[in-house]
Amino acid sequence: MSQLIKGNAIVADEWTRVIPPIYGDEPVRKQAGKVVMFKLHGEDTFTQKQIDGTEIPATGKVLLPLPVWLAKKESLASRMAAGEIGIVLQTHEPIENLVAAFRDLNSLPVIAVYVEKFADGRNFTLGNLLRTRYDFKNELRAVGDIMRDQLFFLKRSGFDSYEIKAGRNAEEAIASLNDFTQPYQGGVNDVPVWRRIDRSQA
Amino acid sequence: MYKYDKIDHQLVSERVAQYRDQTRRYQAGELTEEEFRPIRLQNGLYIQRHAPMLRIAVPYGMLSSIQLRKLADIAKRYDKGYGHFSTRQNLQLNWPKLEDVPDILEELASVEMHAIQTSGNCIRNITTDQFVGVAPDEVVDPRAIAEIMRQWSTFHPEFALLPRKFKIAVSGTTNDRAVVQMHDIGMEFFKNKKDELRIKVWVGGGLGRTPILGTVIHENLKWQHALSYCEAIIRTYNMHGRRDNSYKARIKILVKSLGIEIFKQQVEEEWAHLKDGPLTITQEELDRVSAYFEPMPYEKLEVHDASFDTAVASNPAFASWVKRCTHPHKKDGYRAVTLSLKPHGKAPGDATSEQMDIVADLADAYSFGELRVSHEQNLILADVELADLFDVWEKAREHGLATPNIGLLTDMICCPGGDFCSLANAKSIPIAEAIQMQFDNLDYLHDIGDIELNISGCMNACGHHHVGHIGILGVDKDEEEFYQVSIGGKQGNDASLGKVIGRAFAADEMPSVVEKLIEVYLKERTAEERFIDTVRRIGADPFKAHVYAEKEAA
Repeated sequence: MSQLIKGNAIVADEWTRVIPPIYGDEPVRKQAGKVVMFKLHGEDTFTQKQIDGTEIPATGKVLLPLPVWLAKKESLASRMAAGEIGIVLQTHEPIENLVAAFRDLNSLPVIAVYVEKFADGRNFTLGNLLRTRYDFKNELRAVGDIMRDQLFFLKRSGFDSYEIKAGRNAEEAIASLNDFTQPYQGGVNDVPVWRRIDRSQA
Repeated sequence: MYKYDKIDHQLVSERVAQYRDQTRRYQAGELTEEEFRPIRLQNGLYIQRHAPMLRIAVPYGMLSSIQLRKLADIAKRYDKGYGHFSTRQNLQLNWPKLEDVPDILEELASVEMHAIQTSGNCIRNITTDQFVGVAPDEVVDPRAIAEIMRQWSTFHPEFALLPRKFKIAVSGTTNDRAVVQMHDIGMEFFKNKKDELRIKVWVGGGLGRTPILGTVIHENLKWQHALSYCEAIIRTYNMHGRRDNSYKARIKILVKSLGIEIFKQQVEEEWAHLKDGPLTITQEELDRVSAYFEPMPYEKLEVHDASFDTAVASNPAFASWVKRCTHPHKKDGYRAVTLSLKPHGKAPGDATSEQMDIVADLADAYSFGELRVSHEQNLILADVELADLFDVWEKAREHGLATPNIGLLTDMICCPGGDFCSLANAKSIPIAEAIQMQFDNLDYLHDIGDIELNISGCMNACGHHHVGHIGILGVDKDEEEFYQVSIGGKQGNDASLGKVIGRAFAADEMPSVVEKLIEVYLKERTAEERFIDTVRRIGADPFKAHVYAEKEAA
């Protein structure tokens, strides 16, 4: 089971992340015989069949992939109004699509950014842009291949909750939110060190 | 040079603790091989053929004698008593133990050093001209901005996991020695007509499988925007660079596929959000960092020194070393000295712990306790008085550090190659050694004159073969090692990429192939021409004809 860190503690996750079914006939992109691991910016995330086949729990708070929300939003309007819908954005999905889908991004209690692989650092830019350019104020959650080794970067890129992948010690991971006391450069919530403190005295 | 304050010390020691724990988790099986890989790479640790390889950062090539002694000591205690200086001005240890690395990092931290971001898909060590601060043709000393950029790029939260590695070079001279055009971002600092500091920015240069020279993306950037503009470029790259294919993941491929105009437009749109924000470098911050790079306390000296002039006139060996291994200096009565790490028959760029200690002593005695690493893989004493050059030469010569071959054929750039590197297709060091032995005649070398021969053991081009006047690339054909030869490459302001002359050669043919290329040059050259000039004037055909004709006949 994956565990959720929020603030500086492990908390119970009241959200259910909805994952479209895999039928086995999804197109697989290969290069030199190897399956391509990273989707390119703007590539489709799911087939229509996967989107159609996605089952959304009838009650409770759910995190929906953006394409699933876009396909089913009419039937989910009341749940959205009740604050029961959050959105999962994958790292290759244009942020503009998310922004265009909601008149007010802050009507979403949660946005989760999903990375397939640790090495995909697009989530950092997405977090930064959601906070600094699109003024998203609610919970910003990192999900997918998330380990303690990304936490310090994720925090500084605007994330405030982290779903540590199954089988990893989330309790110990919390410490990594504070791996460094005075980072050099600015982040979403702070300025470069030379604007933060007087280094002529350091 | 830059000195750590409390902030720097704390950050580096927190890094040691972080990496120690990551190593512990890997050894305890809490991190898989695949998960540990990007983590150890961000710390410069490769798993190589025989042992891990640890790459230690030497920011923009500057070292103190204290640091060099520590490197010598680490090489002796944790390795086999030598290290390899690389084309990114870093030091590589070829035989450390994985479990020793946290301790090595702790030792490094004690002398204000680290291995942060010396590998992996992140912003790498920023490089510059080895004669920075002392070169007569220098317009701007770019080290303060380079240091500000080093700090900005260290653990940058948004750019920790880029599509591919990202290399930045800065230069402040009229003659580019930092090869800014072959970097992901190259920055040339200059003064405009109003004497204001400006930056010409290139983007999308790089060697590797697809060599491309950079394109100018900004002609005239104010220095205050150095960080915000780079951030706009790298953010655009982070989102749109190709992660699906590591051979196409460098920024050069993105710039090429979009075209510079569209790429620039995307960068400018991004920059509009960042410009004039907190990333804007303040005059106070520039002044604070610049204070570390004040000129050395030079003596007021005459242009000439009688004892030096006498020694040059009476000692031909010394004179030839002075000609090749010393370089003009801003200050009268001073020279910069290159200590050659290219003795004939040894791996280019290697230095033993004893040699490192000797160089540290020389730096203390004659050059204000500082030295530099050049991207041509030699060590530099930047501030030596004319009157001291003879002493420096004698001591350097005693320890194999005074081969008078700087800029000559045997001063070649060479990657570690298949003897060490697990990426390599072919060995490169034995080829370098064989060529050095073939040309082990100093008079002949001096007659051939200025020439750059660069060797890479694979497409990744760590040996910069594309910009060698003669470039040699190791290739693998049916599990056998062959070598592809190109001519006409050049670094500098008029940089060019070499062209392959034809089919590849076996290892044992290489010394004679180089010999034949040289024969054509010696026959065709005019009095003033260097090898590269002759190639550019007469083209590659006469060289091809000579190399291959005799080969076919044989």
